[in-house]
Amino acid sequence: MSFYGLVDGTEASLKKYLGALSGVDQVGADARAAMLATRSIKTSSKRWAIDTAISMVDLTTLEGADTPGKVQALCTKAVRPDPMNSDVPSVGAVCVYNDMVRIARIHLDSIGGEHVGVAAVSTAFPSGRASMAVKIQDTQDALDAGASEIDMVIDRGAFLRGDYIGVFNEIVQIRKLCGTGVHLKVIFETGELVTYDNVRKASFLAMAAGADFIKTSTGKVTPAATPPVVLVMLEAVRDFYTMTNTRIGVKPAGGIKNTKDALKQLVLVNETAGPEWLTPTLFRIGASSLLNDLLMQRMKMDDGYYASPAYVTID
Amino acid sequence: METPVNFDYAPAPESRAIVTIKPTYGHFIAGKFVAGRKHFPTINPATEEVLSQIALAGKAEVDSAIAAARKAYITTWSKLSGKERGKYLFRIARIMQERAREFAVLETLDNGKPIRESRDVDVPLAAAHFFYHAGWADKLEFAGLGTSTKPHGVAGQIIPWNFPLLMLSWKVAPALATGNTVVLKPAESTSLTALLFAEVCQQAELPAGVVNIVTGDGSTGALIVNHPGIDKIAFTGSTEVGKIIARAVAPTHKSVTLELGGKAANIIFDDAAIDEAIEGIVNGVFFNQGHVCCAGSRLLLQENIVDEVLEKLKVRMAKIRVGDPMDKNTDLGAINSKEQLLKIQDLSRVGESEGGARWSAPCDFPKKGFWFAPTIFTGVTQAHRIAREEIFGPVLSVLTFRTPQEAMDKANNTPFGLSAGIWSEKGSRILWASQQLRAGVIWVNTFNKFDPTSPFGGYKESGWGREGGRHGLSAYLKGVGHE
Repeated sequence: MSFYGLVDGTEASLKKYLGALSGVDQVGADARAAMLATRSIKTSSKRWAIDTAISMVDLTTLEGADTPGKVQALCTKAVRPDPMNSDVPSVGAVCVYNDMVRIARIHLDSIGGEHVGVAAVSTAFPSGRASMAVKIQDTQDALDAGASEIDMVIDRGAFLRGDYIGVFNEIVQIRKLCGTGVHLKVIFETGELVTYDNVRKASFLAMAAGADFIKTSTGKVTPAATPPVVLVMLEAVRDFYTMTNTRIGVKPAGGIKNTKDALKQLVLVNETAGPEWLTPTLFRIGASSLLNDLLMQRMKMDDGYYASPAYVTID
Repeated sequence: METPVNFDYAPAPESRAIVTIKPTYGHFIAGKFVAGRKHFPTINPATEEVLSQIALAGKAEVDSAIAAARKAYITTWSKLSGKERGKYLFRIARIMQERAREFAVLETLDNGKPIRESRDVDVPLAAAHFFYHAGWADKLEFAGLGTSTKPHGVAGQIIPWNFPLLMLSWKVAPALATGNTVVLKPAESTSLTALLFAEVCQQAELPAGVVNIVTGDGSTGALIVNHPGIDKIAFTGSTEVGKIIARAVAPTHKSVTLELGGKAANIIFDDAAIDEAIEGIVNGVFFNQGHVCCAGSRLLLQENIVDEVLEKLKVRMAKIRVGDPMDKNTDLGAINSKEQLLKIQDLSRVGESEGGARWSAPCDFPKKGFWFAPTIFTGVTQAHRIAREEIFGPVLSVLTFRTPQEAMDKANNTPFGLSAGIWSEKGSRILWASQQLRAGVIWVNTFNKFDPTSPFGGYKESGWGREGGRHGLSAYLKGVGHE
């Protein structure tokens, strides 16, 4: 693997690459994100943004209580978020544990949802605390079941103790397993990395190691996809594009619950990475309850009043 | 890959329905609005629409305003306890918060600054200045300025057009807290929020004559400065006028503070957090269209990061949203006046003729109004006029340095000394640099942050005295120190 010519696979080269990154000033990053949160998105741009956000949702269920029935219901909703309105786009993908991948794929295909991806959380999600052999097997199971996207977690313990090459090598191995056909999203769990310097470092590490997407969180830890964390990751993909001419995607997940939150995310994308990233191939939002709020706001824009929650489906 | 789509934000204009602008205004003297004799128009610089006719105060109006202030000082204000003065200030602060939207809309209409800034910066900070000084009114003995301080009496205050309401609050709040009465003159092109503030004084039932507001131009200002009934002058504006005032009051009993021009260095070291530094550069010089005396208008870049920073800066500048100041998404509004626009254009031409390389962000301007694109000049040296003169517009001069000492030498090589910025992730360098810089305000890893608790003022030709904080109180008191 060439790693874009940025590192040669040795620890020394990785340290040099990460050591050359500039720091992130927390106060400044928070202030910039807060300023962008004041953007007022109205009328035609709001309509466009709601539909774009719907198409970017990775509709997620990651519960111990997940059953085939629950996952099939989720898939149906993913294909036709509003059963009464075929103008509403399908979401980007459904996101499930690996034992549900086959069920999701079969169901999606059976209802005309071939275009909706199935993302499997992987590598001992959510903690990442397992041997590499287990992580590889976990990923292989998901691939065998038909996952088109793998959402792997990094080993935060290794990252925090400075074992960057260990984290790097895990991503490289999972990347090899995915090949070129399956999208690899690398989850940092930014709530555990804590500092923006770490988020920036993890972003550049994962991009060089072969990630297609960098993703904030598992959804199991708070804080998750806060606007400044997403800002720092968007700056990273923008700078990585300048360095390598390759666009890496970003996926905030966790804590994006309503339309307002989602529109703020799209503003961050627009004014940081740029409008080129405003597509489901480069920006996804990991969420569950968000979709219904997007649908409610969409109906409100059409009808001029808020519909009863009875007009959106619970799953 | 799918076709990229431009996420063009639809217009999101703030409504102007909340403000009622009268066709004509008078002066506010002794608690009442008094009709003016002569008038001049005030316009919205974003549309050139005439908003109202503002009265031009002559000798008669200035005499009666100063007499009203003297009478209020002798009969009422100097007899009130600090606690009672504080109550009035708290009341004014609360009313300003309650009427915040009204103030913000009026400020944006009259001044041309984006509603986002008047709403999120000017008005909240103005109210904060009243709250802060309200708290000091009954605690002056404990401000570390001595226990036998006294107010000067009648303060004459002349403020600029760049932050009309905020500069009013910087002047009026400490004057009232320390027991002075006030005759204030707003800038010729931006009187409306001061006149709305006069309504707030009435609403707060401030005793008549404690605050008097006369409108007019430089001739009105000169009448105030030269009036024998004034005990203290507080002026914010150009260094040129500041010098005239200093000469005028030198042979008199008047005490004076001056907040004048600047040409601040914003210094980026190679170990800075670059993305936040870019934001700091933008906020440093493009905030309020660059109409900021402490603007970071000289960018000093360490030579080994010049290309990276300039590339990122241009990308960022292209995202600055220039246009209708009433649109909530506008970042850069209208230049305040035609006169100021001509001055900016003139100095930019000088920059080009002296060999500076000019780059302006691409923007579509509205058809009417006064506009200037965010602009940088690279290849500027200390010997260029645009590195020495205050442009007071959205124009940045980019200089370079090789060593930290060279950065300090260049930063200090100016007759001004109002502010400076340091960007570095290295603590020891920050501490060292902040001791070398001869500037009244030094921001580290941020720029253009203001707070009523923090004294603000200049070294050298950037001014005399400080405003804000405990230091600012001393400017409005006699007998400060060691008796």
